Amino acid sequence: MAISNTLRGWGFVTPALFWTLAFFVAPFAIMVAMSLATLEGRELIWGLDLANYRRLFGQSFLSGAIIVSLQITLTVTLISILLAYPLAWIIAFRVPPRWQRLVLLLAILPFWTSYVVRSYSWLLVLSREGIVNNALMSLGVIAEPLQMASTRFATVTGFVHFFVMLLTLTIFANLVQLSPNYRRAATDLGASGWQAFRHVILPLTLPGIMVGAFLTFVLCIGDYITPQILGGNNELTVPQVIMVQLGRRGDFPLAAALSIVLMGLVTLAYLASARWLRLDRV
Amino acid sequence: MRRLQWGYLLLAFAFIYLPVASLVLFSFKDGSLPLPPFEGPTLRWYGEVLGDRRLMAALGHSLMVAVGSSLTACVLGFLAAYGLARHVLPGSLWLRGLLIAPMTVSYLIVGLGLLIVFNQLGIGLSLWAAGIGHVVINLPLCFAIIYASMGAQQQNIERAARDLGAGEARVITLVTVPMLAPAILAAFFLAMTLSWDEFVIAFLLTRFEVTLPVEIWSLLRSGLSSKTNAIGSIVFLGSAAIVLLLELFIFGRRRP
Repeated sequence: MAISNTLRGWGFVTPALFWTLAFFVAPFAIMVAMSLATLEGRELIWGLDLANYRRLFGQSFLSGAIIVSLQITLTVTLISILLAYPLAWIIAFRVPPRWQRLVLLLAILPFWTSYVVRSYSWLLVLSREGIVNNALMSLGVIAEPLQMASTRFATVTGFVHFFVMLLTLTIFANLVQLSPNYRRAATDLGASGWQAFRHVILPLTLPGIMVGAFLTFVLCIGDYITPQILGGNNELTVPQVIMVQLGRRGDFPLAAALSIVLMGLVTLAYLASARWLRLDRV
Repeated sequence: MRRLQWGYLLLAFAFIYLPVASLVLFSFKDGSLPLPPFEGPTLRWYGEVLGDRRLMAALGHSLMVAVGSSLTACVLGFLAAYGLARHVLPGSLWLRGLLIAPMTVSYLIVGLGLLIVFNQLGIGLSLWAAGIGHVVINLPLCFAIIYASMGAQQQNIERAARDLGAGEARVITLVTVPMLAPAILAAFFLAMTLSWDEFVIAFLLTRFEVTLPVEIWSLLRSGLSSKTNAIGSIVFLGSAAIVLLLELFIFGRRRP
């Protein structure tokens, strides 16, 4: 009976397992092999060569891309947390319970639009004759339109817009689970409002912040669209460089090596935040 | 203090809706450049979008890929969740970890891995390839959502059905699936929205027939245009409609 139960269990799991192994694990393994291959002319030579990885740190446009990606991702993660926390707080504690779900739903509705459309919309706002320049000039704040599109500022703005919504969701989910008794107990024991927040509420909401921050890091560092549409080609991020290698140059080994580095960075972020993430609980 | 907080809420909403509002507003502008000043309104651009055969074809492809890949992901995810929740399997923690692993990897890497494999095997790129990629990214999600909703309570009812003589297939179709319908539907619609919006995998794995985000991407090369606003607004309203339906009919019902 126990054996047949196990066997039947395998029967149910096998299709999903097959799909994951065939279309995720195997391609990944081949990508690792590809990153160790080299390209001579248009000929692909398989081997165990670390040349691609050496190029990443030798050639400044490659190591530069890694630095640009990290700078943008860390900036975006930090700004998004700082903006999202108060928003989640207000929705959780100031909006009447009846309206809470609706307000939260509306606050994250644009989250569900495609990256392409969302980045394009920011172009309307930030371009030379866009909404912001138009408004500032008619108010007389500036005489000449500001260059905002095709800058890092635009990339960061587009990203922050998206991730504020994501973080609001994860932090809100964390805040509403807290019993109000914690804050009451803290204030009864003589803590000021700020002290209660700093020493009681904030540590208790750290898991929500970290889950959101980790997701932000992963999605932000791997995104090609937002920097490509909003940042222009002045400075390239890692995904942009990967796409250049795939397209114009057909240099798959280098693209594979860059992807492995990208994964390495995500793994580091995971290890840094693993204490607060409970992915194994899923 | 309180006024400050309401002010912040308003500002946050202004920031969140500023790009969406400009997208939708200027899709009605009577003029091809979607920038101020606003003139109109006109429905001309929506007419052009509906008359554009490439865009309409891409819309159809996107729907096919989204529905097909979400269905596949849900079926596979459900079966795996059932197998793992209701049977004793050695190394089930590892299996669960393996099944949700694709969730922690960038779409770009999933797409690139598949592109390399298809290239090496000489398999041509197509909507099928993109669909396979979309199942890879949606399977972990469907699995996790459905697995999380399989509690002991449902297991007792399944046992009762079995004691009354139902075979495993009947237990699944008549008891488990109807009981888990909210979770399965939620997983399905979430997968739909993600696949519907997904760009980079579809971009890498399709060639001649492309999905809507890829088609919109190629429109962007010609710069800002009110027509792009119109198709963008349609995409946004489509996603928003799915999310609102989900909230009203699936999540909303759980409220006491």
